[in-house]
Amino acid sequence: MSLWRTMLVALVALKRNPTRALLTALGIVIGIAAVIAMMEIGNGSSRAIRTSIENMGANSILIMPGAPRHPGGVRQGSGSGVSLTPEDCEAIRQECPNVALAVPIVRASAVQAVVGNKNWNPQQCYGVGPDYLKIRNWDLAEGRNFTDREVESRARVCLVGKKIVNELFGGESPVDSEIRIKNVTFTVIGVLKEKGANMMGFDEDDVVLAPWTTVRLRITGLKTGTISNTTSTASTSPSSLYPATGVAFYPEQADNLATDTLLVPKFAQIDQIMLTATDPKNVNKAIAELTQVLRERHNLRPYQEDDFWVRNSAAFMETLSGTSRLMTNLLMVVALISLVVGGVGIMNIMLVSVTERTREIGLRMAVGARSRDILKQFLVESILLCLVGGIVGILLGRGAALLVKTHLKWPIEPSPEGMLTAVAVSAAVGIIFGFYPAWKASRLDPIEALRYE
Amino acid sequence: MSLIELHDIRKTYSLGEIDVPVLKGITLSIEKGEYVALMGASGSGKSTLMNILGCLDRPTSGDYLFDGREVGRLSGDERAKLRNKYIGFVFQSFNLLPRTSALENVCMPLYYTAGDISSREAAKRGRAMLERVGLADRMHHEPSQLSGGQQQRVAIARALVNRPPVLFADEPTGNLDSKTSVEVMKLFEELNQEGITIILVTHATEVADCAKRTIHIQDGLIVSGAFS
Repeated sequence: MSLWRTMLVALVALKRNPTRALLTALGIVIGIAAVIAMMEIGNGSSRAIRTSIENMGANSILIMPGAPRHPGGVRQGSGSGVSLTPEDCEAIRQECPNVALAVPIVRASAVQAVVGNKNWNPQQCYGVGPDYLKIRNWDLAEGRNFTDREVESRARVCLVGKKIVNELFGGESPVDSEIRIKNVTFTVIGVLKEKGANMMGFDEDDVVLAPWTTVRLRITGLKTGTISNTTSTASTSPSSLYPATGVAFYPEQADNLATDTLLVPKFAQIDQIMLTATDPKNVNKAIAELTQVLRERHNLRPYQEDDFWVRNSAAFMETLSGTSRLMTNLLMVVALISLVVGGVGIMNIMLVSVTERTREIGLRMAVGARSRDILKQFLVESILLCLVGGIVGILLGRGAALLVKTHLKWPIEPSPEGMLTAVAVSAAVGIIFGFYPAWKASRLDPIEALRYE
Repeated sequence: MSLIELHDIRKTYSLGEIDVPVLKGITLSIEKGEYVALMGASGSGKSTLMNILGCLDRPTSGDYLFDGREVGRLSGDERAKLRNKYIGFVFQSFNLLPRTSALENVCMPLYYTAGDISSREAAKRGRAMLERVGLADRMHHEPSQLSGGQQQRVAIARALVNRPPVLFADEPTGNLDSKTSVEVMKLFEELNQEGITIILVTHATEVADCAKRTIHIQDGLIVSGAFS
């Protein structure tokens, strides 16, 4: 019997008992619908998490100065050192193939911004490079970004966030207006698009961005940290403080020692370097490269620890999307269990059906059906039930996901692979749970079957 | 050569330890175009013999030649093919598929025929057969909408749809009233005149009388009528 004919016969057989067929398929329908809905909602939420992290700068890496080490052994907190320079930043950008963009960051804390008679303390006042916006995936609502030339010339221009616009400009366009930050007058050249609070509940729009050179030289001033590998400076040596005495408190420094000693004052220290890897996948490679570059530039020996530290959002992102994946998987397991329960229902009903149709089986065998024809017929029947159940389940699952989207405003993402898998799984359930009843039917003895009451 | 030739056919059922011999050496032959009645009391072994003749069952020992083929040596699938092509069955209890139209019921054996007959061809043959048994106006009725006689005629149409040379009927009138019984027997007679070999199993003498030859069985042995 051809497969097509077998399918027709199976359809006719199922049509003879539509209610039962419907109820049997219902198990599969619910199972598949649950799987599909879970997949769509799960994918949607992990995607939402992914995009929100990407908006935060998915593949961004932050380098901060490490704890400065003093010769005397006093250790200050991380970040208080001044080990990073704009040259470091430039070197990283040029020497690390997996780094796409890198900008120096200078942070000004506790600054006051004044416009007319209004005061406001922005939470963040950063001196950055023009690429900062690209790294943060941040667009301008109006105006323009500042240029490299403005960075070089320490131009007094700035970008402001939405919060600043609301607080200081009463919501009106501030472009070309002036704003005083720590008594330095800046011209607002652009407004940042609204970002809202980040995942830590931190208002991202309460921000002023200006060229880092301007912020460093006009607002924060130079930091007076200790340069990590400086051991002493000539200006504070006792002999220059007390030139008249002619007494050497300490042995004179030899000339060659003096030239070995680094005395370069780091006028242009920066607080952080923010950079992006060429691809989120390459974050770890980029970190390895930049560590190498920085250690070389900072003359660190293999036994010395890094005088900077590197932070990236990959771990954070991993945790968040991992959590959502875990939830999705858990729900999937529950959905799969319901699918198995549906399969058991199919097996149950198929067994009943085989018993009920014993005479029909006997008759079919008498008129020339081989056992494999009978096996095929019952197998096709259960597969058909499962497939139809699977397709209805997909539609129902999609519907449920859409309902969740419209009513609960949860993000969903349709997954075509999920649907294909669902169809395959339901067919597999049909085969697995339909095989035993079908095999039982095909083993019947036609004489006994015909006599069965 | 005869269409059916049995030589010393024995059938023994084993019920646990005990062997129950049902057929104790049957030798008979049936020619093409015959109309034979198989008679015997219940328990005489006529149903077992009928199952063996109809290739549903295999004898424990003995030779059975059907149209020159040794049935005892055929596999299950080969016997299924033989039943499909050469043998039609009519049962006492009709055995129609419930909630399935008369036409579908009649066409059913065609679906198991090797070389797959197209649906249209199958329907054509089924319709012709139903017309032949006088049910042209009942093609799309389901068995529950047909009388007993009509149901049996559908069953006869189904048995004949593959144009088998032999028709086995196991108590075909057992569930019918006398009037419809006469109709069915008349139909058998007509079919026999068209050249179909008919083998009838019955315990009713009036039915057996319609046949041209009667084989009597008692206790697993033929009493009379083994050869024509």
